[in-house]
Amino acid sequence: MLHDQTEFEDIILKHPQEKRSLIPILQDFQSKYNYLPPVALNMVSQALDVPLIDIISVASFYNAFSLEPKGEHQITVCMGTACHVRGAPKILEEFERNLKIQTGHTREDGKYSLDSVACLGCCAIGPVVVVDGEYHAQTSIRNAGKIVKMLEKKEKIND
Amino acid sequence: MTDIKLKSFEDLKQKIKQESLRKEKEKHTVLTVSAGTCGQARGSLKVVEALERTIKDKKLEDRVIVKVTGCHGFCEAEPNIIIHPNNLFYQNVQPKDAEDIIQQTVINDTVIDRLLYKEHDTGELKSTGPEIGFYKKQMRNVLGDNEYIEPLNIDDYFAVGGYSALVKTLQEMSPEEVIDEVKRSGLRGRGGAGFLTGNKWAFSRKAKGDKKYIICNADEGDPGAYMDRSLMEGNPHRVLEGMMIGAYAIGADEGYIYIRDEYPVALKHINVAIQEAEAHGLLGENILGSGFNFKVRISRGAGAFVCGEETAMIASIEGGVGIPRQRPPFPAVKGLWKKPTNINNVETWGNVPLIINRGADWYSKIGTNGSKGTKIFSLVGKINNTGLVEVPMGITLREVIFDIGGGIPEGKDFKAVQTGGPSGGCLPKEKLDLPIDYESLTQAGSIMGSGGMIVMDENTCMVDVAKYFLNFLRDESCGKCISCREGTQRMWEIVNKISGGRGKMADLDLLEELAEAVKDASLCGLGQTAANPVLSTLRYFRDEYISHIRDKKCPAGVCKELITYSVIPENCTGCLACKKVCPSDAVSGELKEVHIINKEKCIKCGACFEACNFDAIKVE
Repeated sequence: MLHDQTEFEDIILKHPQEKRSLIPILQDFQSKYNYLPPVALNMVSQALDVPLIDIISVASFYNAFSLEPKGEHQITVCMGTACHVRGAPKILEEFERNLKIQTGHTREDGKYSLDSVACLGCCAIGPVVVVDGEYHAQTSIRNAGKIVKMLEKKEKIND
Repeated sequence: MTDIKLKSFEDLKQKIKQESLRKEKEKHTVLTVSAGTCGQARGSLKVVEALERTIKDKKLEDRVIVKVTGCHGFCEAEPNIIIHPNNLFYQNVQPKDAEDIIQQTVINDTVIDRLLYKEHDTGELKSTGPEIGFYKKQMRNVLGDNEYIEPLNIDDYFAVGGYSALVKTLQEMSPEEVIDEVKRSGLRGRGGAGFLTGNKWAFSRKAKGDKKYIICNADEGDPGAYMDRSLMEGNPHRVLEGMMIGAYAIGADEGYIYIRDEYPVALKHINVAIQEAEAHGLLGENILGSGFNFKVRISRGAGAFVCGEETAMIASIEGGVGIPRQRPPFPAVKGLWKKPTNINNVETWGNVPLIINRGADWYSKIGTNGSKGTKIFSLVGKINNTGLVEVPMGITLREVIFDIGGGIPEGKDFKAVQTGGPSGGCLPKEKLDLPIDYESLTQAGSIMGSGGMIVMDENTCMVDVAKYFLNFLRDESCGKCISCREGTQRMWEIVNKISGGRGKMADLDLLEELAEAVKDASLCGLGQTAANPVLSTLRYFRDEYISHIRDKKCPAGVCKELITYSVIPENCTGCLACKKVCPSDAVSGELKEVHIINKEKCIKCGACFEACNFDAIKVE
C-alpha cells in the first residue's frame, strides 16, 4: 500500500518531537490508516530519536496498534465479563463462521477484520458489537448473521 | 467575544450565584435525555432530534428545553428521560414517542402510562425516579448531578454549585488543612486497592522536589466496570475540580488524565471540559488570583490492562511499554519523569469536592468503620435492573442485587456475584448478606476493586468463568515476571482441560499450588491477584469442577465439549425456525413435524436454542 510521505510528516510534526509523543503519534497513524505503515515507523524513529526496535516493542505491546493493514470494515465483539455471561463467545464464533476468518485477522480480500476487545464499558446493554464505529446493543447469534449480510449488501452496491 | 475569564474568588462566587439563580428562575419544562455511550447506542440522540423537532413545530421553544445529559444510571431503561420540574421518569423512549410527550405531558400535563417504569416483582407503575425500586436505596452523592448537567456546558456545573469547593480550598484552606480534611473523611482509593487517599496525598506533599505531578487514572480496564466512564461523560468538571484541589494540596502544577481510548464520548467530554475550564481561568497560571498554577493534559491509553497499575501507567505516559517496576521507590517519591507523583482513580477525585464542601464529619458518617462514603457499582450480567448504582458502604450484596437490581431475570436462581474484575472473585448465595466494604469482601476471597458487580445465574458455569478470567489475564500479563506470565498460562491450560472434560482430580491441587506461587512471586497487583477468580471458584464451587472432572458434565450447560443439544418432542411445533438457522445442516424434519438434531453434525453453536420460541431445545 502506498501512502503520501508528506502526510506522515504532517502527523509527526503535529506533536512535540519528544519520546512522550510516541504513543499519541502511533495512535494518529492507526486511526488514519488502520495500521502502522513501516515507512512511517522509520520516520517516527528519526524524528523522536527513539530506536526503531523500541517503537516496534511499543507498537506490538499495546492492543490498539496493528502492524498489518486492517480491513475496510471492522467488526469488534466485546468480550467483557457481562457480555461473556450473556453469550458473547457464541456471537464471536458466528462472526468467524460467517466471515470465514479467525478473530484477530483480516480477510484476504481486505474487506473485513474481526477483533475482540476486553471490555467497552457498556456492560448493561451487552452483548455489544461495534461495526465500523457504530455500537450494536444486545446482539444475538442471529444478529451477527444479519450484520454480515448487511455489510455484504453494502459492498455489492459499492461494486 | 466577551471575556469569560474569572479573575478572582469573588468573580467565581458571583458566577456560581448567577448560574444557580438562572436555574431556579427557569420557568421552562426541562426534558433531560440520558445520552452516555449506552444511551447513544440505544438511540437517545435520535430521541433528542425528534423532541427538538416537535418543540419547534409546536413553537414551544421559549418554554421547553431539551438537555442532553450523561448517564442517569438506569441503563436497563435507556433511552430514558427525566422531565423537570415534576421529575417524571419515562423509560425506553423512542423517537416516535416525542409527539405524545410534548402534546400530552408538556402541554396537557398528563402522564403517559406506557412510558412509565413497571416494577419487575409487583408490576406497579412508577412515575418518578425516586419511587422506583432501583433508585430507592441508592445514595447518589457523586452521580446524582448527572441528570441536571449538560456535560459540554460548564455553566450547568456552576448552577449546581460546581467549583465552590475550589474557591473554599484556595481562599480558606492551607494545603495541610486540605490533606487533613481528606484524611479525616476516611476516603479510600476507589480504583481497587483501597489505600487511604489523605495518607497518599501526605506522602506526595512531603516528598522533596521542585516539580510534582498528579494523575487521574481513567484507564478503567476491569471488564464489567464502567462507573468512571459514566462520571467522565456525565460530569467531567467534578473530576477536574477534585484534581485541582488535590494538586493544590500536594503542590503539583501539572496533571495528567490517563484515559482509555475505547471511551470516545468520555474523551470528548473531558477535552471540552478542560478547554472550558481554561477559558474561565480555572486552569492555567495564577488561578483566580491565588498564585496557584495548574494545567491538565490528556494521555490516551492504547489498550493494555496492566497500565491501570501505577508504575506501568507512568511508563506509558512517558511514551514507553507499560511494564510495572519494583516499588519502592513509590510514585509519591519518584514517579512521572522521576518526580513525586500522586495517582488517584476518577471516582476518588470525584469524591473530593464533596468532602471539601460538606466536610469530613458529614462524609465520615456515611458507611462503615473502615469504609467511608458511597461506592458506585456497575450492576450487570444476569440481573433485571442493570445499571450504575451508588450505595453507602456497608449495604449488603442482597440489598444491591435483589432490592435495587430487582433479582434475576426469567425467575432463574442466583448463583454467584463477581466483584473486583480479574483481581476479584465469585461469591456464592451464602455470602449474600455480606456487607459491602473493603475488608469483608477481601476476607470472603474477593475484593472491592473498581466496582464491577457481575451477577450470574444457574446457567453460568463457574469453571467457564474461571477460564474466562485466566484467558484475560494470560493475554494481559505484561510478561515481566515468570510467575505471572507462565503461571496464568498454565492455570488457563489446566482449567481449559477441565472445562473440556479431560481434567483429573489431582489438577485441582495443582491449580491451588500454582495459584499460591503466582500470588507470592509476582511484582504487581495483576499477578498478585491473578489467582483470585480460580481460588474463589474452587472455594465456593468445587462441586462444579468435580462434575466436569468425574462425571464429564457441565451442570450449567455452557462448556461446549461436555454438552449436547437435542429437541424436546413435546414442545416442538415443527416450525422450522431452528432448521433455518443451523449453520451445519444438523437439524432435520419437515414443517409441523418434530425436528431432530443430528449430534454428529452439530457444532454446538447455540443458534437453534436462541431461535426456538417454544423452549423445545434442550442443552445438557
